[in-house]
Amino acid sequence: MSKPKVGFYWCASCGGCEEAVVDLAEGILPVVEAVDIVFWPVALDFKRSDIEAMADGEITVCFLNGAIRTSEQEEMAELLRQKSQLLIAFGSCAHMGGIPGLANFYTGESIFERVYREVPTVVNPDNVTPQTETQVDGTVLTLPTFRESVRTLDQTVDVDYYLPGCPPPVNLIVGAVTAILEGNLPPKGTVLAPDKALCDECPRKETKPEELAIQEYKRPHQLLIDQEECLLSQGLLCMGPATRSGCEATCINGNMPCTGCLGPTSRVTDYGAKALSAIASSLDAKDEEAILHLMEGIVDPGGTFYRYSLPASLLHRRRPA
Amino acid sequence: MSDKNSSPGYEPRIVAFFCTWCTYTAADLAGTSRMTYAPNIRVVRLMCSGRMDPQFVLKAFREGADGILIGGCHPGDCHYQEGNYKALRRVTLLQTMLASMGIEKERLRLEWISASEGDKVQRVTNEMVEQIRKLGPLQLSLPPTLLMAEDTPVAEMEGVVP
Ligand code: SF4
Ligand code: SF4
Ligand code: FES
Repeated sequence: MSKPKVGFYWCASCGGCEEAVVDLAEGILPVVEAVDIVFWPVALDFKRSDIEAMADGEITVCFLNGAIRTSEQEEMAELLRQKSQLLIAFGSCAHMGGIPGLANFYTGESIFERVYREVPTVVNPDNVTPQTETQVDGTVLTLPTFRESVRTLDQTVDVDYYLPGCPPPVNLIVGAVTAILEGNLPPKGTVLAPDKALCDECPRKETKPEELAIQEYKRPHQLLIDQEECLLSQGLLCMGPATRSGCEATCINGNMPCTGCLGPTSRVTDYGAKALSAIASSLDAKDEEAILHLMEGIVDPGGTFYRYSLPASLLHRRRPA
Repeated sequence: MSDKNSSPGYEPRIVAFFCTWCTYTAADLAGTSRMTYAPNIRVVRLMCSGRMDPQFVLKAFREGADGILIGGCHPGDCHYQEGNYKALRRVTLLQTMLASMGIEKERLRLEWISASEGDKVQRVTNEMVEQIRKLGPLQLSLPPTLLMAEDTPVAEMEGVVP
């Protein structure tokens, strides 16, 4: 029997997800033995034409990381969807938009304006912004189109499963690969991680009071963080109550609050609303003035609650007038 | 502002979440006392303003509400002790978060209205309708998906809200 064919690809991402695959270390060896890697541009020399030459569904499973921002990423997502039996949204960006998705607070045009014209370190006397076509010495050079918004993978093509995380924790990757090889997969559309809140697997959960009563929110550099006590009860914005478990509380173990990279559990539609709700419940204040005062500690509520999930949010942004 | 805002036929759509013990009863009272107020409001009855999940607000906006009014018991009067304080904290945080999405904080309003204040339901509703009329319809810029084009008005989308 021929080995299952596996592909890896990246779109709008930082490279951390590719690193996570490498982080499998020896763990990757049995996988490499059991499968044929047919596409992995970051590590091996394959070209798009290699994929185009394949039959539909020839790739057993493709892990695609990164959000979708350009027309080229769209095309690759469509191509890989067509050639793969299983398409897995790998990492926060493919799953919910991730950090690149924060760009959706702004329009495409205002991003170009800022990056190519306004930024103080930019010298651009001819006011040039990237064009999809440019004439240079009689030749036409092309670039992919920069879309108005960043999209998640499932807003672009049909997705079979999600491996959450920024990047996905090694144990979840191993679990997913094993389940695929053994043909032991949950229903389509499942997020391949435990379906309960992070606080549940947090080593500090015993120190989390039943009723939190935060007097003041602080940012990590503003206090000496206790290594044992629940971070939220220390006044740090820990997203543990709103976030899916599965990372073994990696950030908490590094004495840093959770920022929510695994996204919500299956019972939540909008991660930001859930995170906001968890934080609002932890406040002690009872009148508007005190609440407003407390909130000054939350410098950027939109960016904090939707750090990894703005493109997947219910409202996204208002259309510019 | 888009042209739609100034269109003469524009009627704001307001979703209200009223606590059954106070504001909902007050709305009833306004009705039985034949106080008239703007018909732009659709009321959802909750057991307590503290039951108002922020996701309710976002879903209502997503499905076409231009403004959202939440009514709860006066401070100290909540039947569940502190539900209204919870609502206040959520609304205040939500307003800041909505602002970062470009959504005006006036589109989300919280009022304490006791069971006997039918006239306050009348006044607040009328005020809010006028306020939203000035702001115009809420138009979202959603990423295009398999199911919807970016230019589809939110109100016309179907089957995209889980
Ligand atoms: S809030 Fe954060 S630190 Fe506290 S128990 Fe939950 S995950 Fe752990
Ligand atoms: S603690 Fe939170 S942010 Fe850190 S890896 Fe886990 S889910 Fe992600
Ligand atoms: S019972 Fe009315 S606000 Fe709680």
